[in-house]
Amino acid sequence: MFVSSLPEPAAANRMVARAALASERSADGRTSRIRTLRSDGPLVLRPSNPKGAEPLTHRRHDVARISLAAGTAGPLGGDDYALDIHVGAGSTLVLQEVAAMLVLPGATGGRSRMSIDIRIERDATFVWWPEPIIAAGRCDHCHNVRIAMDPAARLVLREETILGRHGEAPGAFASRLRITRAGAALYDQRLSFGPASTGWNGAAVLGNAKAVGSVVAVDPGWGDAPPSAAPFDRDAALTPLAGPGIAIGAVAADSLTLRRLLIRGLNELGSPWAI
Amino acid sequence: MRDGGGSAALLLLADGRLPAGSYAHSGGLEPAVASGRVVDMAGLERFLIGRAETAGLIVAAFAAAACACAARDDITAMAGLETELDARIPSAELRKVSRDLGRQLRRAMGAVHPHPHYAALGAAPHHPVVLGVVAAALGLDPRDAALAILHENNAGAAAAAAKVMRVDPFDVHAIIARMAGRLDQLAGIAANAAAGPAADLPSPGSPLADIAAEHHRRSDVRLFAS
Amino acid sequence: MTDQTTNDRRALRLGVAGPVGTGKSSVIATLCRHLRDEFAIGVITNDIYTDEDARFLKSAGVLPEERIRAVETGACPHTAIRDDVTMNLMAVEDMERDFAPLDIVLIESGGDNLTATFSPALVDAQLFVLDVAGGGDVARKGGPGIGRADLLVINKIDLGPHVDVDVEQMVADAERARDGAPVLALSRKRPETVDKLCDWVRGLHESFAAGGHVPIDPGPMAPHHHAHDDGHHHHHGHGHRHDHTHTPAHHHAHE
Repeated sequence: MFVSSLPEPAAANRMVARAALASERSADGRTSRIRTLRSDGPLVLRPSNPKGAEPLTHRRHDVARISLAAGTAGPLGGDDYALDIHVGAGSTLVLQEVAAMLVLPGATGGRSRMSIDIRIERDATFVWWPEPIIAAGRCDHCHNVRIAMDPAARLVLREETILGRHGEAPGAFASRLRITRAGAALYDQRLSFGPASTGWNGAAVLGNAKAVGSVVAVDPGWGDAPPSAAPFDRDAALTPLAGPGIAIGAVAADSLTLRRLLIRGLNELGSPWAI
Repeated sequence: MRDGGGSAALLLLADGRLPAGSYAHSGGLEPAVASGRVVDMAGLERFLIGRAETAGLIVAAFAAAACACAARDDITAMAGLETELDARIPSAELRKVSRDLGRQLRRAMGAVHPHPHYAALGAAPHHPVVLGVVAAALGLDPRDAALAILHENNAGAAAAAAKVMRVDPFDVHAIIARMAGRLDQLAGIAANAAAGPAADLPSPGSPLADIAAEHHRRSDVRLFAS
Repeated sequence: MTDQTTNDRRALRLGVAGPVGTGKSSVIATLCRHLRDEFAIGVITNDIYTDEDARFLKSAGVLPEERIRAVETGACPHTAIRDDVTMNLMAVEDMERDFAPLDIVLIESGGDNLTATFSPALVDAQLFVLDVAGGGDVARKGGPGIGRADLLVINKIDLGPHVDVDVEQMVADAERARDGAPVLALSRKRPETVDKLCDWVRGLHESFAAGGHVPIDPGPMAPHHHAHDDGHHHHHGHGHRHDHTHTPAHHHAHE
């Protein structure tokens, strides 16, 4: 929907979107089904057909799959998107994206925001396998992901961020991914780069990388002994978290190299994670 | 700036000569140099700034928060800080380094300036948590704790440059001097954040530091423990 | 909990210092091999690079691997045993706790130079290792470790003829530099010298266990050879373990 009642002219083209997605275990207990599917404006959620044995879910067949397709370019400066995801007890939900998300400056400036709130209930599995976020030149974007998990829930997610389109310096970008289990923090990482930040181009943070990403997997089956650390490439490492999870972190010169590193990291985990 | 005492205690806490074993760490500079990511003074300065703005801000905020809790004898809050800090350090190696330095600081301060709070911090408390508690025991405030750990971290990594790079030590200290205002500012941000909930404490990541730390642990030729 | 251990029931902490290549690791390996059936022993190594000395000792198989631990000194091996001993102290205390009860913990310094000595806050006694290959005049030149370590070991005496060093003269020079304090000429290839070394450690442990041993600090600085009166310097070694506030300089710094 368009919000046109705000007084500032800058807000005239501001787009606000509130989408929601929920899965649940079917009544007969044999599969996962979508309970809520609410697209809004540019956030278009479409069911997609399961491909058979689903990777990253320990090759389950009984999964619900959804694709998120951007209905327009953006978000643009001033836009405010929110997506609410609820993975009901015992269900398995796989969320993918159709294309990369290109974050652009708005015609009249202002910050764009995207907030994603995710709840994963007992014995549920959420696989979130989005395409990269590209922080275009002069963008001003704030990206906030919060995931609240039951201690008996599983999660696999990928995040990839590209610093500008080809040959372009990125705009201002700030993101946060926070994962809690039973309310206790397991993973909390922010990333900011662009003209509004300093130090990100230093060798402790991103150096001269143009792409940065991670895969985070949480599996209660690991207990207190997640897989051990593996710095499998000069630019990437798999590390156990302080709980039943791992993070694969990587930086790269471009999105393709980043993608390959993250896949390699997953393959370091062996079956059933390898894809 | 300071209206009362405490300045000398702050200098004591921030001094790299405090015998708590920090000299064995390069703050990730050695692996950054070994991997060819820091090759000159400009790279060193970017490295130090990036580190201060990310890992530095995190430890500063947690030191400030621990100091504030200790000052009101709220030692039960430390477990929550430990969990939140663990979540901000994806590298298992860097979590271990933080806990090793925490134990060492507690061991040293247990002899230098004893306080009953130290014993209540668990088997292997994180370095900023111990430093915050020590700061409170020395009568310092949360901003002092943040500044002490920012300075000690920064000066420690900078000092390592002389051992792992070809540098003029005056140039290295010139970087530290240029960063003085930045550390003051970060200490202020950290102290403000410490007044809020632990879940909202800063969490800026440093992906290359995490990756480099895991490589460093497996290196056969290293001078520094981290 | 804290990481401090009390002094009762803790192990004898014996430092082994000396220049690079004089055979500190080999002396430790020898001690472990000959004393491990009498004493429960642990070893802490201090390395300049990574943990190579610990690896050497582990590969020598003289003790179970978990009883050999490395302290990484950040290229400051001197600091780690003298100015800031916290890492070593904790390594020792951890080992004493993990393998209680231990009788002896041997701490090997990172091979540094002639002036590195252990702080009395870290060790109860220290032996200083020279070798004949370093030249016969080293003992005469002296230094705090050579002059006042609890025992001076002159190692590899079997090499004397090959490196043109008169071992007897070197021992005599050392005894003079040490005002008669013990000097031991050692070679792994001469069992009687190894027996003497082991006996010295046995005697030290006996005295320590009986509470009769008082640590002596060789002092951090090279002594003046022309003046044998120590009256105006070095009062650290008066037996007050972990009690830095008795050192005047520290005391004033806190006020």
